[in-house]
Amino acid sequence: MTKAELLRAPSPPLDWKYAPSRESTEIVSLNERYGLFIDGKFQAPLSKKYFPTINPATEEPLAEVAEAGERDVNRAVKAARSAYDDSWGSMPGKERAKYLFRIARMVQERSRELAVLETMDGGKPIKESRDVDLPLVAAHFFYYAGWADKLEYAFPGLDPQPLGVAGQVIPWNFPMMMLAWKVAPALATGNTVVLKPAETTPLSALTFAALAAEAGLPPGVLNVITGAGATGSSLVNHGDVDKVAFTGSTAVGKLIRSSLAGTGKKVTLELGGKAAHVIFDDAPMDQAIEGVINGIFFNQGHVCCAGSRLFVQESIHDRFVDKLKRRLSTLRVGDPLDKNTDVGAINSAEQLAKISELVEIGRAEGAEMFQPDCVLPRNGFFFRPTLFTGVSQSHRIAQEEIFGPVLSIMSFRTPEEAIEKANNTPYGLSAGVWTSKGSRILWMADRLRAGVVWANTYNKFDPASPFGGYKESGFGREGGRHGLLAYLKGIT
Amino acid sequence: MSRLDVRKTYKLYINGEFPRSESGRTYPALDSKGEVLARVALASRKDLREAVRAARNAQTKWAERSGYNRGQILYRIAEMMEDRRATFEEQLGDGGVSAARARTEVAKSIDRMVWYAGWADKFSQVYGNLNPVAGPFFNISTPEPTGVVGVIAPRDPSLVGLVSRLAPVVVSGNTAVVLASEPQPMPAITFAEVLESSDVPPGVVNILTGSQSELAPWLADHMDVNAIDLAGADDKLRLRIEQGAVHNVKRLIGVDGVLDGQSPYLIAAFTETKTVWHPKGL
Repeated sequence: MTKAELLRAPSPPLDWKYAPSRESTEIVSLNERYGLFIDGKFQAPLSKKYFPTINPATEEPLAEVAEAGERDVNRAVKAARSAYDDSWGSMPGKERAKYLFRIARMVQERSRELAVLETMDGGKPIKESRDVDLPLVAAHFFYYAGWADKLEYAFPGLDPQPLGVAGQVIPWNFPMMMLAWKVAPALATGNTVVLKPAETTPLSALTFAALAAEAGLPPGVLNVITGAGATGSSLVNHGDVDKVAFTGSTAVGKLIRSSLAGTGKKVTLELGGKAAHVIFDDAPMDQAIEGVINGIFFNQGHVCCAGSRLFVQESIHDRFVDKLKRRLSTLRVGDPLDKNTDVGAINSAEQLAKISELVEIGRAEGAEMFQPDCVLPRNGFFFRPTLFTGVSQSHRIAQEEIFGPVLSIMSFRTPEEAIEKANNTPYGLSAGVWTSKGSRILWMADRLRAGVVWANTYNKFDPASPFGGYKESGFGREGGRHGLLAYLKGIT
Repeated sequence: MSRLDVRKTYKLYINGEFPRSESGRTYPALDSKGEVLARVALASRKDLREAVRAARNAQTKWAERSGYNRGQILYRIAEMMEDRRATFEEQLGDGGVSAARARTEVAKSIDRMVWYAGWADKFSQVYGNLNPVAGPFFNISTPEPTGVVGVIAPRDPSLVGLVSRLAPVVVSGNTAVVLASEPQPMPAITFAEVLESSDVPPGVVNILTGSQSELAPWLADHMDVNAIDLAGADDKLRLRIEQGAVHNVKRLIGVDGVLDGQSPYLIAAFTETKTVWHPKGL
């Protein structure tokens, strides 16, 4: 056909159906079964017990992992103690630093593999594990590596000494990132570690353990034991653990704190949240909409600092909610491995049930629910992005942490009222505020009782930036110079 | 005929006033020989709740004052303490402290107050940061007062212990409910009189005399207390406070048990680090 004929020919009907763009899983090689990583090598559990870990997007099993019993915990703590006494505790900071720099580099080298693994085991969208989680993991190790031989400059007048063996329990929402937040500062300050990843997301931590061994990290410096609550409890209550670091729910945090009363162990807790996200009528609306979306639907809302309570100034409330609903309808929900997926799989059947229950309660209490009309995959655990309007402060969906893609919207008239409502929660992890007025940003930032305040942005993280809560969101900071203090002897 | 001296009635210090215990209870404060020096108020649970309420009401306004202003008020406390040296020394002496030691303790207490006064407009510079994040953001961390703090004052040394544990609490903008030294409460009451005449706003410091083991559990369980300094508590009381602190995730400071020391890190221990992000751009 000539060019002229081509132009005259009737065009075929356009097919606008979505073409999936799936990340390959070939880069990941899984073992059928994983032992416990103790004293530099994988070991079969003395408990002889294993449990499966599944892909929450397909419900298919990925591998079996060991369930550490009390004797296994003993073994891990013993290995960590020996490593502390024999090598790590007295190693010059500059040598510790080089191990951590090396680990940071190796994480970067294997970043894609670890991102895919993270998405398979946890259900988060690949674009998040690839572009947010893994880059931050490498950055965190790189950041704290540099501190290892500079601790005397971090806190003038204090003699920086490690605590000993750190028992660390981390959640399933950011498995690798939480590992980095815990392990990097602990090792940089000269402590040794026994880490327990969450039972639904153990694979990246186990793979990381192998990577650390490959980096030449001395045996026992980092031990990874898998299991559920009982394993975590044995670890934090172990008599030879000097330091407990926990990230998870406020309820479990309180249990841990209670069981540690009188033991003299140093504790840091990073617990739940119910962040207020405040939108003033002079906010750049399109940017604020994106901020709100990122604030609550990032990682399916499985984020302790998620902006789950939205306060919109009354004068723009209706317009803002309309726009928000339209934006909600464009979110792509489904296969976490698809590079265009915005909202992936809910981490577990248990979490899905909890979210569903609270959403039902929201409806029963009289709030008005909106969900976009999206098709969810047949298998796996998924939940539609959800928002509630007509929410009052006493509603449970305005009080309790849902830890899912569910937003409760309320309104306010004056800045004073916004502060009053925003601070009306036992939590105090994070908050957000959108306005074009500089002085108002600073006025709000002063009064919001939260450890992190995002102004005209939301859900930003950086290893140099301290993170942690006020009130019942826990105590201690992770990240930055402040993050070192959690692992050093000092005034407490 | 010799003149009959006029004795003082020793009361509580709540919200800038000197009430008796609502319970009507008192207990004898004894000197080192076991003789009764005076009867002092035995505070009740209700007194404690009043004190916490006063502390909560005063907290925001106290924190909103400039560091310069809080520093001047702490310095004013030191000035007024200087005026009352003789009384403090006498009361410490009554409690069995030698004259030489009492002189040293009072001097140290005053000097320590001056030391902390100077930190009021400096500690957040030392403890805060501009954080060099990898992106176009302004990112700053500053320490903010934790809120209402319970202070279990050391039994001994009763004055320098009280000053050492209280000054780092209030200098940053926290307000305090203090359980005074149980066996030697008089210096704490004199200290309350100093506060009352030092431009310290009502409610910023509240001082209760009475039984620490009776009052501390209520303090530990109170949902509107944000932190407790337990340096002055014995092991048994400490365990009870730790258990109570669980309910609203109270911060517990002073586990190292240092009763007579000073450090800017102690000021920091009663603060929360707030980190604020803002994008940079055109």
